[in-house]
Amino acid sequence: MTTRREFLVLAATSLAVPEAARAQLDPNLAANRKAAFQEALHGIVGDTQVRRGRVKLQLPPLIDNGNSVPFSVVVESPMTEADYVRAIHVLTEKNPLPDVVSVRLSPRAGRATLSTRVRLADTQTVTAIAQMSDGSFWSDSAEVVVTLSACLEEGLI
Amino acid sequence: MSLRFLSAALACLVCTSARAGEIPPDQRRSGYELMSRETRAIQDDDTTNPGMLWVLDGEALWNRKAGTADRACAACHGDARTSMKGVAARYPAFDAALGRPVNLEQRINFCRTGRQKAPPLAFESRELLALTAYVARQSRDLPINIAIDARNKPFLDAGSEAFHRRQGQLNLACSQCHDDNWGKRLAGSLIPQAHPTGYPLYRLEWQGLGSLERRLRNCLIGIRAEPHAYGAPEFVDLELYLMWRANGMKVETPAVRP
Amino acid sequence: MARAVVTMPAQAKRGEIVEIKTLAQHPMETGFRRTQTGELIPRDIIRRFTCTYNGVEVYRADLHPAIAANPLISFTTVASESGALTFQWTGDNSYTVTEIAPIRVE
Repeated sequence: MTTRREFLVLAATSLAVPEAARAQLDPNLAANRKAAFQEALHGIVGDTQVRRGRVKLQLPPLIDNGNSVPFSVVVESPMTEADYVRAIHVLTEKNPLPDVVSVRLSPRAGRATLSTRVRLADTQTVTAIAQMSDGSFWSDSAEVVVTLSACLEEGLI
Repeated sequence: MSLRFLSAALACLVCTSARAGEIPPDQRRSGYELMSRETRAIQDDDTTNPGMLWVLDGEALWNRKAGTADRACAACHGDARTSMKGVAARYPAFDAALGRPVNLEQRINFCRTGRQKAPPLAFESRELLALTAYVARQSRDLPINIAIDARNKPFLDAGSEAFHRRQGQLNLACSQCHDDNWGKRLAGSLIPQAHPTGYPLYRLEWQGLGSLERRLRNCLIGIRAEPHAYGAPEFVDLELYLMWRANGMKVETPAVRP
Repeated sequence: MARAVVTMPAQAKRGEIVEIKTLAQHPMETGFRRTQTGELIPRDIIRRFTCTYNGVEVYRADLHPAIAANPLISFTTVASESGALTFQWTGDNSYTVTEIAPIRVE
């Protein structure tokens, strides 16, 4: 499905952008992004089943500007040599690339956490996946509504 | 009551700037109060406010020698934490030699060319933004305090006139959005009251620090008007009016806005 | 003026979990934006952030273009011994910034 924003971008670009650039726009954008997300997910977890829980992704539900959205990931874990979080991955479903950040950690982190800021191109779902030391994968997802700004600057999109 | 008396009374109201659409003092709000909790949190914490990267650069520049005079800002002004305290809250300020008000960026450049014998820094350059942010940071939490006297009154009036004048292809005045319709939405954005309390500020849209004039250029482009050049007298008059209009509100530099 | 800022306590008790906030000055140019004339602006991002504690890596992040400009990375580590934490950001166009923060552990 083409969202309103994708339609606007397509419409505006087909009017203003030279042939070479237009050729790069894919009519199957949504399907391709979904496939890219699945590919990125598979690259992280392989064929292992991802379970819901143990991961808490905190993200504001509605944000002023998609250029810098603060979020945090906290994973429940004792963080001992026997049982710790090995990695945290964050993925988006509608950005030009699904990957956001991948973190490697060890028991020396004390807590399995990450706080940073992400760019979100559109209203979408963000997913955090944790890989435990026993090889299991756990995840959490959150939906964010990104509003469009008015009175944008000239020049860059 | 004659028509002449009425129009005289009306003219008098206009000349004291007491316009119908003006925001009463108890209803004035910084843009800070209109933004989301998450964006406010970015501004509130110096350790995560990206604007502080420019402030720290400004501190380094303050202490670095420049120009053929081989002098640093600190050589004349000493510790900015005391010497620059409250300065940004008084700008734009009247410059006697020039016979008109100048903004903080222009004042810094006068120091560079006049005292340091260095070339002026380009408007919106990383260095000028950094120095301005560092100087303005020293006024954080102090009330904006623009004093109006006979010398700068004509420039204040010119700024006020520009604020209330319809312009651009959309034929809109600043006041129509920021006095009459603040708090409502323009596309997804809340319309703020246009108090320049935190410049230079980190705008998420810019993904960097920018000056009040950069913001004013965005506004003018938004209403399809011809934006003035950086440092144009028209801009400084408008800045003077906006700062005077925000008198008593606290300086927030480096603020963060969506 | 490439610069980064690290905020963390200068001293801690042994075994205490300390919070570390880091901010790096970088545009994180995505590689997806175009100029007004339609030319693609090449990607220029920080690719990796590492934190080593007395030479041992304790935290590492691989960043992608979706990370906001002037990246904030905040995390924790266990104060195990006195010494220094080394923070390094590396990326496109040979970008490298290193910050060192001492810690005293009692």
